[in-house]
Amino acid sequence: MKVGALALCGLLTLAACNKKENTEQSSNAPAESAAPAQAATPIDPATAATINGTVKFDGTAPKQSKIDMSQDPGCKGTNEAENVVVSGGDLANVFVYVKDGLSNRTFDVPKDPVVLDQKGCQYHPHVLGAMAGQTVQIKNDDPTTHNIHPTPKDNREWNESQPPSSPAIEKSFSREEIMLPVKCNQHPWMKMYISVVKNPFYAVTAKDGKYEIKGLPPGDYTLAFVHEKLGEQDQKVTVAAKDTKTVDQSFKAAAE
Amino acid sequence: MTSNDAGLSVPDWPTSFGSWYKIPKLVGGVKFEHTHRMIAQGAGLLTIVLAVWTWRVEKRRWLRILSLAALGTVIAQGILGGLTVWFYLPPKVSSAHAALAQTFFCITVAMAMFTGKRWVEEQPRVEFDQRRPTLFTTLTLLSIFVLYVQLILGAMFRHHGLSWYPHVVHAVVVSFVLAWTAVRALSVYSQIEAVRRPAILMLSLVIAQLCLGFTAFLTRVAWGRDAVQPELPMVISTVAHVAVGALLLATTVILAIQVWRHVPVAFEERLPQAHQDPTAA
Repeated sequence: MKVGALALCGLLTLAACNKKENTEQSSNAPAESAAPAQAATPIDPATAATINGTVKFDGTAPKQSKIDMSQDPGCKGTNEAENVVVSGGDLANVFVYVKDGLSNRTFDVPKDPVVLDQKGCQYHPHVLGAMAGQTVQIKNDDPTTHNIHPTPKDNREWNESQPPSSPAIEKSFSREEIMLPVKCNQHPWMKMYISVVKNPFYAVTAKDGKYEIKGLPPGDYTLAFVHEKLGEQDQKVTVAAKDTKTVDQSFKAAAE
Repeated sequence: MTSNDAGLSVPDWPTSFGSWYKIPKLVGGVKFEHTHRMIAQGAGLLTIVLAVWTWRVEKRRWLRILSLAALGTVIAQGILGGLTVWFYLPPKVSSAHAALAQTFFCITVAMAMFTGKRWVEEQPRVEFDQRRPTLFTTLTLLSIFVLYVQLILGAMFRHHGLSWYPHVVHAVVVSFVLAWTAVRALSVYSQIEAVRRPAILMLSLVIAQLCLGFTAFLTRVAWGRDAVQPELPMVISTVAHVAVGALLLATTVILAIQVWRHVPVAFEERLPQAHQDPTAA
């Protein structure tokens, strides 16, 4: 009996700790800030450079499979898989960021949130960039309940449901993590990725495969192109003051 | 629920969306997750009734203890289910939840057998194993062991804690051990109905399970690797594979119990011939 009582006490303590952790995470951003904020390294706007380009898909684009949303009448409209979105050879949803070359520079975390919307039982956007500590505002514009469940490797995991017409959920991620998967357990086809970076030099390719990164100080950088299915490719790039450099990239179809 | 990728669609436990009793709108993943919880509650209540009833009316002390074991197992199973929600489906906890479910199933199937008319009224026909006395008992226990290992490997794969190949490779070992057990049962003890019937069923279930495993592999691993949502063939083949796996484990447990009852180890060097064959009397 004593052993049973002890086990029960242990379990309740565990539950209490778990609830506390969840409560801490649920507070508004920035909830997970680990280190004290450092003053941002100033960038001279007069010398800032720009990198832009197009990401292409090399090969025959896979057909986007149709999604059957009949299990929830609240999911209206049509929906297609977004794991590889190619239009006329241009590849969308590639996360492009400055992976290396900024040395010890620090950057202010933007006060404005980035917005993730759930509409038509689909995430908008499919790939989202945010700075570590920046607020991610999650909205539900569907007449059904969603749950938002990030499954990170380096940040804290959480899982919250969001009924229709409820207020936006605000969260933040404290550590850098590229292509952090987010899913909805109510609707198993709903998947998206948040890339959390330490600098503001990132972009996501649009349907035309184009991206643009502005305000970069002159220097030598490694630019990373990351796709959820096709992996990562890096390119070295040097930008001078006021430069505008075009850096294109192409991904080959993943080997079967 | 797992096959439909609906785990965690109700994000809290022991409440569901903050309520102890309200049934949420059963759409999307909630339909599977909350139905799973309601069935679990029903199974828990029935197990409480079973334990109380057994304790009050059953004279066999070991069976009363077994009913408490069933109750303990179902409570532990509920707690493990809750831990999977709190800790976001950790593979080890989810696999323990899957393995304990089948353990509970085996206990209740065994209890059904122990309380059945045949078991209570039957005068066991005992056949002493004259050739290799401990082999058959060992084989039946080994069958349970390899099946249990297979269950854990399968659950770990299903819950993303392991690759598929340990489960597939171990399937060869399971098939060999179970076929050996069944062949021995049918070749040496086919005259004992209580041994013959579970042996035939076990062999049939092994064959069915291999076919279902192959189908589940094709639909989920080979063809469905990049599926954006669980598709019907995936769900049907996987659920059938898990269900037949549970039936196979329970059948093997029944076979082991019947072998223990009907084919005891002979001590021919210590017993006179007349005592070795009670049916001869």
